[in-house]
Parts: sequence; C-alpha cells; structure tokens
Amino acid sequence: MIWVDTVLQGVLLGGLYALFALGLSLVFGIMRLVNLAHGDLIVLAAYLILMIVTLLGLGPFLAALIALPIMFALGWALQRVVLNRVLGTDILPPLLVTFGLSVVLQNALLEGFSADSRRIPAGWLETASLPIGPISVGVMPLLTFLSAIGVTLVLQFIFYRTSLGRAFRATSDDPVTASLMGVKPSSVFAQATGIAMVVVTIAALYLGTRANFDPTTGPARLIYAFEAVIIGGLGSLWGTLAGGIIIGVAQTGGAQINPEWQILAGHIAFLVVLLIRPRGLFPRAFD
Amino acid sequence: MSTIVSLHNVSKRFGALTVTDDVSFDVPEGEALGIIGPNGAGKSTLFNLITGTLSPDSGRVEYDGRDVTRVPPMQRCLSGIGRSFQIPQPFDRLTVFENLLVSATHGRGLPEGAVEEDCAEVLERTELIKVANSPAGGLTLLQRKRLELARAMATRPKLLLLDEIAGGLTEGECVALVDTIKAIHGEGVTIVWIEHVLHALTSVVERLLVLDFGKVIGIGDPAEIMASREVREIYLGIEV
Repeated sequence: MIWVDTVLQGVLLGGLYALFALGLSLVFGIMRLVNLAHGDLIVLAAYLILMIVTLLGLGPFLAALIALPIMFALGWALQRVVLNRVLGTDILPPLLVTFGLSVVLQNALLEGFSADSRRIPAGWLETASLPIGPISVGVMPLLTFLSAIGVTLVLQFIFYRTSLGRAFRATSDDPVTASLMGVKPSSVFAQATGIAMVVVTIAALYLGTRANFDPTTGPARLIYAFEAVIIGGLGSLWGTLAGGIIIGVAQTGGAQINPEWQILAGHIAFLVVLLIRPRGLFPRAFD
Repeated sequence: MSTIVSLHNVSKRFGALTVTDDVSFDVPEGEALGIIGPNGAGKSTLFNLITGTLSPDSGRVEYDGRDVTRVPPMQRCLSGIGRSFQIPQPFDRLTVFENLLVSATHGRGLPEGAVEEDCAEVLERTELIKVANSPAGGLTLLQRKRLELARAMATRPKLLLLDEIAGGLTEGECVALVDTIKAIHGEGVTIVWIEHVLHALTSVVERLLVLDFGKVIGIGDPAEIMASREVREIYLGIEV
C-alpha cells in the first residue's frame, strides 16, 4: 500500500514538473528556441502573484488570474524586442541571450525581494486533503495535476484546432515558405511566447503555494523542465506531461528508499530514458 | 491593358556569378508568359526576385504600378502574388486542407471561416479533395505538384508564378494539369510560368521569354521565338 501511495504522490508531483515543462516544450517546438531563463521566469511570475496577493489582499487563484495577462504581455514583448532578433540558423545566440536574461532576472529579484525564501499563502487549501480509500491525497497536488492535464488539453486544442495553431505548426515546419504564404513568423513567435508565459504563470501559482521559493530557485526548475521535455520527445505536449510524471514518480520512489535519494532518483530516471530512447518516448514523425 | 509586373534593369549576383543580368520586361495584366532557358539560366532566381525572397543588387521591380523592390515577401503575397515551387515545399506535418487554410488565411488576411469553402473548392478543382485530410508529408509527386498549385490558388492571386509544375509528370497527368491551368488563366489570372515541358507551356502562354546566363535573349510570340536561330542554338542545342 505504501508503494501505491508513493506512485500516486509521484504522479501528482509529476503534474507540477509537467507545468514547468509545457511552456518550454511549446517554445522549443515552435521556434527551436531553448529558453534558459524559463525557470527564472517561473520564479518571477511567483513573485508577481505574491505581490498581488499581499498588495490587494486577494486569494492566490484570483491573483494568478490577474497575473496571466501581465505575463502574456511580458512574454509577447520579450519575444518581439529581444528574442526575435537572435533567432536564426545559429543556435548559440539565443542560448547566450536567455542565459544572460536568467542572470539579470535572478539579480533583479534579489535586489527587489531579498534572498529570503517566500511562499504564496493559500489558506486552508494548503493542508486540505481528500481520503481515497486508505490513501490521503492533498487537494493542492491534485489541483496541480488536473491543471497540468487541462493545460495540455488546451495547448493541444490550440495547436491542432485553431488558425493560430496551424500558423504555429506551419512556421515550425518551414518559416521561409510560411512567410511566403503571408504568415508573419515574428508575430507568430511573439504569440507563442505569450502563451508560454501564461503556462509559466499557472506553474508559478502551484510552485509558490506548495513550496518555498527565493530568487535562485529558477535554475533547478529549469533542469526538471528540460528533463521532462526530453523524456517526452522534443516538441510533443502529451510526451512532456508523461515526462513530468516519470520524473515525479522516480523522485517519490527514490525518497521512499532514502529521503536523500529523491532528486538523484529523478535524474537517474532521466538518464535511463536517454540511454534506452535517445529521441524520447514520443518523438515527432518528421524532423 | 495595364502592366501587372515589370522588371527594370534588374541584376543579381551570387559572388562572382551573375545569375540575373540587366533583365527588363513587362507582363500585361491577364497575360500568360512562359519562361524557358537551360538549367542554371537564372529562371528560379527571377521568381525569387519577383516574390521578394531575394533583393536585386540593382534595378527595380514594379508590381501593380508600385515599386516593390524593397517590399518584404509577405506584403507581396498579401497584395496578390502567388507562387508554386519547383521542388514542392508543403508543410509536411499539416494535412492537405490545413496547408491550404494557412495560405488562404494568411495570404489574404481573412479568418478561417471565410476561406474554408473556397479552399474546399480549390481542392476540388485541383483533384485533391480525396486526400484533404492526409498529412502532406505522405503525398505522391503528382499530388505534391497539385498541392503546390492549390496552395498558390488558395491565396486568390492576381499574379500566379508557376515553377516547373509539369516536370516529372506523365503525359496524361500533364494534360489534366494544363487544363486546370488554362481554366485559371481563363478567369483573368496573370500567369508567369517556368517550364521545360515545352508543349505544355506553349499550349497556354501567349508570349515566351528566353533566358540564358541570366540575360534575356528573346521575348515574343512562342512560334517566332522557337523558330529563331539563337534560341535553337542555345536552348535546344541544335547546330544550325
């Protein structure tokens, strides 16, 4: 029974990692951009939600709702003003720019919010749990996991059922031909990054309410996100969700054996998948 | 009849190689112009200069009475220049219908609801309706050529540029494709068509332009052009 509980908790934790990873996966899938500042953007969004909660006295969910359009606009502007300029055949400039952005964000947050670790208060929800047979499931982890599925479904819908999604896929297929068809890659990319920042804000809500964070929390979240994306197969959304769950289950499993093994077990699971399926579990058909 | 596209002393060099050498010509609205020339004569480059994929080193490109030399490709697409590629370049991961939707919505600046029926009609005319929901990555050569034509047509172009669309097709397939192109031309769409399959070309076009080493060596009535000594020597390799 302990193992059923461990796996269940791992799956729910995987929802959080999937939320970290989905924004990264979206941006990578569409514009082959590896955003090294992704983790720091999650932390930035967490501070933004915390500020709205403290200044306006709102609940965390309402605060996140207000943060969503702000983060969308930030992502849109970031892509327009900075990232579009460095995208090209060379993969190095975007890596350098997003690495620089990561350093700038961490230090700006340190300046603005000090190095103290913070938490978004979620009131009674923090400790609420539902009994499922002999196992007890936390309401927040459950909400996290359901949000991850919800975000995957919505992104999947946007990708395959809307005009914007078709423009995303066409541009990712062949930006030159797409631009001859009248698609504007710079505008398509800006909207994609805006949507990625919306996902980042949802991830930040759950990161901030379930654990402490400080300005240096970002890079470790980036690693989990990376691992989830790569396990899933680059650019596949359902794969990313599966990748998050695999890391989550490996971590809780490792912790069950020895609490010190939690993080290590997640990384080992990643390496094992990489050894067996170097292209991930659900690689794209044409690449 | 007004001129829809004209090139004035256009030159383009890649390093030491001059691929377009002081080219000037006009295409009146509603005309079908054929372009022929040996491989490497600069025919596809000429298209890239008209669509804006390449900028000329010197000279001017005018479209619909405006100087578009520095106008980016997507603006030109919006203003009615459609093109098919010599090597078909569909979006492999999108279905055939989605390929058309993308060109139609973005090429005309309209929402999907407004172009869906139109796209279905274009698929019908280009005989692709049966594979509408298949990914474009799995099409046969003929289907890919048809998709190139359909995708260009979905933007409802005023000027249609066809790049060796009939190459590699069987005689029967070629005839069917030519009929479709004739029908499109009959609706008043101006066509500029690069083609090696001469009988397909001459059954549609009103004028023929011959390109060799980036230079225009003749333009005019197809029969007269084909009869000229210079063209026969250079293009057909016939010693006269």
